[in-house]
Amino acid sequence: MSSYFAQEVPLSWYLLLSAALFSLGVVGFLIKRNLITVFMSIELMLNGVNLSFVTFAQQWHAVKGQIFVFFVMMVAAAEAAVGLAIIIAVFRARATLAVDRIDLMKL
Amino acid sequence: MHLILFLVFAGFCLGGAINLLIQSHPINSALSLIVVMVSLAVLYLLLGAEFLAAAQVIVYAGAIMVLFTFVVMLLNAGREARTMGSRAARSIGFPAVVAILAVIATVILHAQSLGVARLSDGLTNVPGQTNIELLSTVLFTKLLLPFEVTSVLILIAILGAVALARHDDTDPQGSAERTDK
Repeated sequence: MSSYFAQEVPLSWYLLLSAALFSLGVVGFLIKRNLITVFMSIELMLNGVNLSFVTFAQQWHAVKGQIFVFFVMMVAAAEAAVGLAIIIAVFRARATLAVDRIDLMKL
Repeated sequence: MHLILFLVFAGFCLGGAINLLIQSHPINSALSLIVVMVSLAVLYLLLGAEFLAAAQVIVYAGAIMVLFTFVVMLLNAGREARTMGSRAARSIGFPAVVAILAVIATVILHAQSLGVARLSDGLTNVPGQTNIELLSTVLFTKLLLPFEVTSVLILIAILGAVALARHDDTDPQGSAERTDK
């Protein structure tokens, strides 16, 4: 049993996972056609970046990386509140959430 | 143990992220995102970030995702039209995403100095000091000003959210629009 506990994971795997999460977020941002799910993809990208911050904090034994993630979380909370309020305002004005139909500024 | 936990929760993470992309109903996407965030909290725990794991569950999986599901249900968001994105996204976006992922993966896999994550690893060298003690000491001494600025930012965000989402009854144009419907 102790051999299982002694096992360790290369930090590069965590970094690869974080890169994969970020890329999936970018793909979601490009293919999703609902305003709310586009916003969720942005949150997914933020989470991918947070994972790489925590990984590098572990690599360099630097606590500042973890504190940076804390600040990112706070900013993400503020961003979610304002962004969802904007989504509600857009829905009230246009009665749709489809990003293709919110094209007032399109040439 | 560490390896098994990493593989299981990394699998949950990627599965939830892919499920977020393939689901067409926003509420299913929101629930997949909650799965991703809770799995990330376990991964933070494996990386020795106990405080961030708790904050991830409370702030992300709790507060932010409740806000998301609340808005999805409030706006009664239905199925979205399934497209593969615009022409620009297809021709430039996806190749760019694949290229960036390939470059990052190559750089990471060739990096020689990257270490390994162990469950017992802490950030501090002082015996008897926990990670949370170290984190709070730095946060409330060296980084006190950014911390306080963050609270001002959140206050502004609250005011902005209220101002944006409020029904403006004094606006004659807006009320005329609403009576039309």
